[in-house]
Amino acid sequence: MTAPTGQIFHDSSADLSHRAKWWTSRSLIYAALILWAFISLFPIYWTLTTSFKMAPDVMKGSLVPWVDFTPKWLGWKSLGLSPQTIFTESTVREEFLRRFYNSTIISVSSSVLAVILGSLAAYGLSRFSYKFLWMKNEDISFFFLSQLILPPVVLALPMLVLYKELGLLDSRVGLIALYTLSVLPIVIWIMRDQFAGIPTELEEAAMVDGQGVWGAFLTIILPIALPGMVAALILSLVLTWNEYFFAALLTSTYANTLPVMVASQTGSQGISWWSMAALSFAAILPLIVIGVFLERFIIKGMAAGAVK
Amino acid sequence: MSTGDLLHIVTNDNISPRRTLFGRAVIWGSVGVLALVAALQSLQVYGGQDHGFTSWRPTLYAYVLFAICLCWGQVLTKGEHGKRILFVLPAALFVISLVVFPLLFGLIIAFSDWNLSSPDGRKFNGMANVWQMFSDPFFWNALLNMVWYVVAILPEYIVAFALALMLNAEIRARKFFRVAFLLPLMLSPVAVSWMIGKSMLEVRYGPLATLARLLGWDNPSFFSSSWMAKTMIMLMDAWTFIPFMMIMLLAGLQAIPKELTEAARVDGAKGWRAFWEVTFPLMLPVTITALLIRLIFKLKLADIIINVTSGGPGGATDSVTSFIFREYRDRSNVGYGTMLAMFYLVIIIVVMTILMKLADRWMRPRY
Repeated sequence: MTAPTGQIFHDSSADLSHRAKWWTSRSLIYAALILWAFISLFPIYWTLTTSFKMAPDVMKGSLVPWVDFTPKWLGWKSLGLSPQTIFTESTVREEFLRRFYNSTIISVSSSVLAVILGSLAAYGLSRFSYKFLWMKNEDISFFFLSQLILPPVVLALPMLVLYKELGLLDSRVGLIALYTLSVLPIVIWIMRDQFAGIPTELEEAAMVDGQGVWGAFLTIILPIALPGMVAALILSLVLTWNEYFFAALLTSTYANTLPVMVASQTGSQGISWWSMAALSFAAILPLIVIGVFLERFIIKGMAAGAVK
Repeated sequence: MSTGDLLHIVTNDNISPRRTLFGRAVIWGSVGVLALVAALQSLQVYGGQDHGFTSWRPTLYAYVLFAICLCWGQVLTKGEHGKRILFVLPAALFVISLVVFPLLFGLIIAFSDWNLSSPDGRKFNGMANVWQMFSDPFFWNALLNMVWYVVAILPEYIVAFALALMLNAEIRARKFFRVAFLLPLMLSPVAVSWMIGKSMLEVRYGPLATLARLLGWDNPSFFSSSWMAKTMIMLMDAWTFIPFMMIMLLAGLQAIPKELTEAARVDGAKGWRAFWEVTFPLMLPVTITALLIRLIFKLKLADIIINVTSGGPGGATDSVTSFIFREYRDRSNVGYGTMLAMFYLVIIIVVMTILMKLADRWMRPRY
């Protein structure tokens, strides 16, 4: 930067070249940003438009609706979700809604369970000192967080056999338990950070007023930590909604989740692009909505672990 | 974390001997119930007596009852201290029962010959699975692939860092770009494998194939040669996970105090030098955290591979997880699959421990 010593007008040739440089760097940054935004958004756009295409449109590789091709409800009709078919019987729609319902139940209940268990544990670990055998607080924390490196494949086959014996194969409860387990370390990680940032004087004040440990936690700390909990909840929701590996192994007909349905459709060769696109888009739509409207919570949750 | 309680509470716990006794009775009573149910079920399975059980679920219920009684008993016998234990105990019990037991059980399975589709059931076969593993070229190939997939984290990191720097610059419509960049992370890998792997990369009509033709590649095929297929899997995985690293790095960038960068500018550091000598060293802790977490997620890579290539061509894109998945799906080979998974776990633990030790040394930021 040029040092402005008593200079009033910034129009000497040196300043102009600086200005030009500034403009090129600006436009380069915007070009890169727009390029990446295009890369990020195009597959979603492609899926959405393909769901309104017909066979010839697909083969021509048309891109822009109303210009390249006229949108048709074909894909959504095959899913039973187009305006004409929405009030008629449709087995595909029922199947889809059942999977959707399964996904919702499983991801919501496992996320809520993980947030409850994880918040309690994180709070306890941030406030009290424990000793269990040789394990102190740090070891217990590490025990929880180390679950993160456990690849799901290690648990998958023993769980499969165990669930078979317990009669939990193809049941929602079984999946909920496993999903809770898989997001619990992340929740504990986020919440530990949250609670560490809340001064202990708050609880001390509440306890002077005659509340117990749990009373102070529930009435004073919980409301303060709520944004963090929401962040953890949403992150868990996204992860559990998308989970495929366990669902593919442990469910067959009753408790299938949406990703399993999408995957089983992709596997079959004869399926048409438009219905596949409609199905894919319907499966990712809730997440896009969450991503657009609750973006700041997701960012908050992910940033919690990064910056200490 | 400090050693003493951060929260000092003085309570006068008057726990009567009767209450302590009752608490102990609750805990041991539930242990008794659990033992009794388990014994009855074992008798039915191994002793041939019929007690009318169809699955092991009664034992599970007894275990849940035991877990609840254990928590309750803590409060009964230890009063205020028990209430504190109650914060951590449920989560600990949950994790132990879902991780430690299956792992121990998995160890037994790993050393047995067990094909779920054959009627013979489980047989111990000692080290046979280990020898089979050492002579299985497909497994070692999958492990080697994992190395390549892990190496792909570095370019991902560079792109993510560049994006984070741009988002941190003074730009307009920052929220729009942030949301747009974040969206790929939200999509399920299964949907991504259709949206990109099966439709956009489709050789006849896919837009990317069309683009490749425009750029002069006459006969684009993305999944026929092994390196091309591997690269495509890497790109798809990168597409979903770059936002993840980007967000972490962005958070790190925004946590850098403004004074530091300004001071550097006053001292004459500009452009590249400012980045390499100020920003980058300051970002080192965040970088290491982001890379480690990304590595953890990368080691679980499977969904895209299972759905797009199912390991093909010739195992060129197999990750360990997808290989074991197919080992079970195609051959129902639980024993061998578990052995592979256990071996993988050992490798991961060793590598992660070394990395975390190293990271601990590098973590100290050079202010």
